Formats: sequence, C-alpha cells, structure tokens
Amino acid sequence: MSALLECRDVHFAYGAPQGRRGRAFSLTGVTFTIPRGEIVSVIGPNSAGKTTLIRLLTRVIKPTTGTIFLDGRPLGGLGSWELARQVAVVPQDVPAAFPFTVEQLVLMGRFPYGPHRYFESEDDRAIAHDAMAATGILSLADSPVDALSGGERQRAILARAIAQRPRLLVLDEPTAHLDLRHQVQCAMLLSRLNREQGMTVLFVSHDLDLAARLAHRLLLLVDGRLAAAGTPAEVLEGTRLEEAFGCRVAVEAGPAGGAPVVRVDWSAPPLDAASERV
Amino acid sequence: MSAMSRLLAVQAVLLALLVAVAAVALFVGSASLSAARVLDALTGRAAAGSIEGVVTLSLRLPRIAVAALAGGGLAVAGVAFQALTRNPLAEPSILGVSSGAAFGVVLAQLLGLGLSVLDVLGLSVFGFAGALLAAAVVYLIASGTGGFGVQTLLLAGVIVGIFFSSAITVVISLVDFNRLGGVIHWLLGNLEPKPGGALALFAVLAALGFWLVLRRARELNVLALGEEAAMQLGIDAERLKLRIFLAAALLTGTVVAFAGPIGFVGLIVPHTMRMLLGPDNRLLVPTSLIAGAIFLLIADTVARNVVAPAELSVGVITSFCGAPFFVYLLRTRYRAMT
Repeated sequence: MSALLECRDVHFAYGAPQGRRGRAFSLTGVTFTIPRGEIVSVIGPNSAGKTTLIRLLTRVIKPTTGTIFLDGRPLGGLGSWELARQVAVVPQDVPAAFPFTVEQLVLMGRFPYGPHRYFESEDDRAIAHDAMAATGILSLADSPVDALSGGERQRAILARAIAQRPRLLVLDEPTAHLDLRHQVQCAMLLSRLNREQGMTVLFVSHDLDLAARLAHRLLLLVDGRLAAAGTPAEVLEGTRLEEAFGCRVAVEAGPAGGAPVVRVDWSAPPLDAASERV
Repeated sequence: MSAMSRLLAVQAVLLALLVAVAAVALFVGSASLSAARVLDALTGRAAAGSIEGVVTLSLRLPRIAVAALAGGGLAVAGVAFQALTRNPLAEPSILGVSSGAAFGVVLAQLLGLGLSVLDVLGLSVFGFAGALLAAAVVYLIASGTGGFGVQTLLLAGVIVGIFFSSAITVVISLVDFNRLGGVIHWLLGNLEPKPGGALALFAVLAALGFWLVLRRARELNVLALGEEAAMQLGIDAERLKLRIFLAAALLTGTVVAFAGPIGFVGLIVPHTMRMLLGPDNRLLVPTSLIAGAIFLLIADTVARNVVAPAELSVGVITSFCGAPFFVYLLRTRYRAMT
C-alpha cells in the first residue's frame, strides 16, 4: 500500500498574537504516513496540536518547516481548487447566520470542480444527490440547515464533504455533538464509506473507544509531538495514556482480538505532573 | 425547476414590476399633467420647451433613472456587506459606511465640485474614499475585539456613523452656509435629476460595482460557512473579502455621491428577497438589483406626492420603513444571534 499522505518532520508555531490563551501551541517534528484506504484517528489531550494538524493538512496554515506530501506531491505545490478536490474537511458545525437548505449546503462541496460556473452542473447535482443518499438525508434536501436536529446536521455537513469526492476525508471530532445512537450511526457511515468507496479517513477524536473501534491506526499527539503511532492495540497502552492524559486509566484487551477498551478511573485524582501541564 | 430558470422567472417578474412602477412614476407628480400630455412628450409630439416636455423628459425621466440606479446599487451593497461580514443585519447606513461616503462627498462639494461629468466623477471618488475609510474603521473596531459578533459589528457601525455625521455638521457649520445650501436636503436623500453625462457615469459605476459582486456570488455562499471552511473548498478568503469590500464601498460611495446617504434600502430589499428566495447570493444579487430599483422608485414617488406641492426627502420614507423592519428582524429572525 502506498502512502496517500506523508508528514515529514513538520514543525509549526503560531505567531504570538494568534496563540490562544497567551500560549503559542505548536507541532514539533511530526512525521507519519497514512496509507491509501486506511482509517486513522488522531487522539491526544486538549491543546496537543490535533486541530493544528488538521489545519495544516488543508493548508489553512502552512508548516514553519518540514513538508506534507499528498500522493507524493508537496502540499504547497497544489492549486487551491486541486487541493480541495483531494482533501475534504468535516467541521463540527455550520454557522447559522444564513440558513441554506441541505441541498444547497451539499452542492457547495462541488465548488472546486467548477469554480467559474455560476450554477452547478447536472453532474454536480447528481453527485450531491448521491452524497445525500449515502448519508441518509435525501428526504431533508429542501430543509433549511438550521431546522435540523444535531444528528441530521452532522450528516448534512458530512454529505457536503462527500460531495467533494475527496481522496482524504478529514473530520474534526465527528461525534462531539452526537448522542449515543448518532455516534454509532456516524461510525458505521464512516466505516462504510471507507469500505465501499475506498475513502481514506482521518479523524480527530476525544473518544478513545470510538477511535479504537473505527480506526485501523492511531496517532497519539502530546504537547505537539507524535508520542505514538500504530494499531489501537499498540498505541492504547495504560502507562502511555496515563502520561499523555494525566489521569488513571486501565486498558483491557478487547474480546477475541478486537479493539482494546479504555477504562478511566473516575475516583483517582488527576496526576500531578499532567495537571500542571494543563 | 433549475436554479437558472427560477432566477430568470423571478427576474422577469421583477423587471415587469419595475416597468410598471416607472410608468406610474412618470405619470404622477406635483405638476398635474394629463396622461395624454405625458404621452405626447414621450413620443416627441410635445413642443420644445412646453411644460409637459420639460416635466416629463427633463425632470421625471432622469429622476426615475437616478432612483432606480440608487436603489439597485444600495440593495446590492447591502447583500455584499451582509455576505462579507456574515451578518444579516449589516447594511451601508447601519455600518456607518454611508455616513463616511457622505463626509467625503461634502468635502468634495466644499472644493466646489458640481454637476459636470468630471466633477461628478470627483464626487464619486471622494464618496468611494469616504466609504472605504468608514468601512475599514468599522472592520478594525469589530475585528480587534477578538470576536466578530453581531452586536460588535453593529455597534461599531453606529459609532462610526455618528462620528462622520458629526464631522459633516462641523464642516457645514464652518463654511458659508449658502454654499452648502442643498446639503441638508441631500443628506436625507436627494434624487434630483442629473444631466445626461453624469447619469451615464452613475450607471457605469453602479454597473461595475454590481458586476464585481455578481461574479463572486457563488463564492460568497461558501464564505457563509466561515473563512476556514471557504479556504478548505479552495477559496482565497482574504482576497474574496477584499474584493467584495471594495465593490460594496464603490456602490455605496457612488450612490451617496449621486443621491445622498439614503438609509435602510440595503436591509429591506435583500431581506425581502431572502424571505422569498432563500439565502443563495446567486439569486439575491441580481434580484436585489431590480427589487432595490423598484423599492426606491416607489419610495420616491410617495415622497414626491404625499405632501404635494412640497416634497419629502426620499430618505425619510426609507427610514420610516427601515427602522421598524430592522426591529422586526432583530426581534424575530435573528433573536438567537444577539
């Protein structure tokens, strides 16, 4: 399997004014590859650099040093429309100031395929239709986005990204606003897209069990560094997680070679060293 | 029905409405002319210098053109500012941009610029510069506070508007009042007929501003998802914002130079179209152009006739409509945002 995405010694520092809460978050020497067709989850404590990594992959920001390759080509050398045809991002939510319909939202995913067109083509509409069908929101096509429930809205945003027909689908905490039922639904949908369309998926998650169940491989970011990379069984190791997250956990082997299960000890106080860091 | 045929159908209806409203405006007024005499003038059968000829061809017709251009321009500027700031309540007068433009135009009038084509171009340049200055200040105030919230932006606009209004008052107080005799009237919106050359220039500048916004309409839809999302869809958000900023300032500055700072057109018209057609800027930009023309033409016809033989400034009518409209939007549709 060849790599779809490769980060080679990527460093990033926010300029001082941009550093939130007075601290300049950064990535330091991050190196990894993502093979075509894999589902990869980025895990790690708050402010470990997960969102920074997503923003780097979509070139919203550029690495201070180091290079990101997409299919062997440096990211910086791709045109903006070409990049948008290859990498699609699913944000946590859409702004509600202008309530577009679901179909209008999904059609926006077709922008990089015909940026000079005033209205989308018939092909664009057919692809948007398929994306809505794939996420099960076809019946909501004409509903304003702000009239949807949280789960429906999440699927509409996902459909927009799918309509981009990307080779790499990037999701920022896809289950953050979802209840259990919709979390399961979302996980099954991602897994199906990966299986049926061969889409490579990278998602950031705070839910370690979801990450372990869904992803083929995990990337653990701590303080801007890649602390571990590998299969869920390799990465989810008790001592390592305790160091990374600063709380007591127990990792149990999953049933019959399945993904490991992480149990947090809710009664133990957070570890000192880590709580200082937070 | 495809989006294009929907747009064309709505546009055709609006154009028919515009023609009808323009026809009414042509036939009514404080000079009581019979329809037959107006028709005579229009078809060239009226004697040169006759009352019907002068009133119809030199007063009413150019005034209709000024009203249509100003209304269309302000409505499109409203759509542009709303998309640019991602704030549905943004509008040239509420953002203080009209006041900035008016300040520029007052300064230009002080320099003695009148109604010849070159002078009017000068007025427009000053109006454009004033609009740019005011919009830039509002933008800096609003973005400097970290967030770019609905209230911050509107408050910044109100403050900048008050500042430039005061600056205009200072200028008027300092100079010989007779020289700026028409300013007070103009500040409330003055659609007095302009000479043909000036009118043509107005049309060209308004068309340029309209075109600059229209060709970015689809990108403005994507910008509604946020700057980062727009970038992830291949749009250079900073460049897009700068372009729309310039286009909206051009429209505002030009309209203010020709017709004065008429308020609320950029709020009432885009929102009415939004209620009918939804938030798609590709529909809003072209339909707001025509609907803005219709709205201001109606407002001006009312202003000319409601207290005849005297006449109201058109800005009075638009403000009487706009203020309650603004409150309605604030209390209903955008309650959650504020």
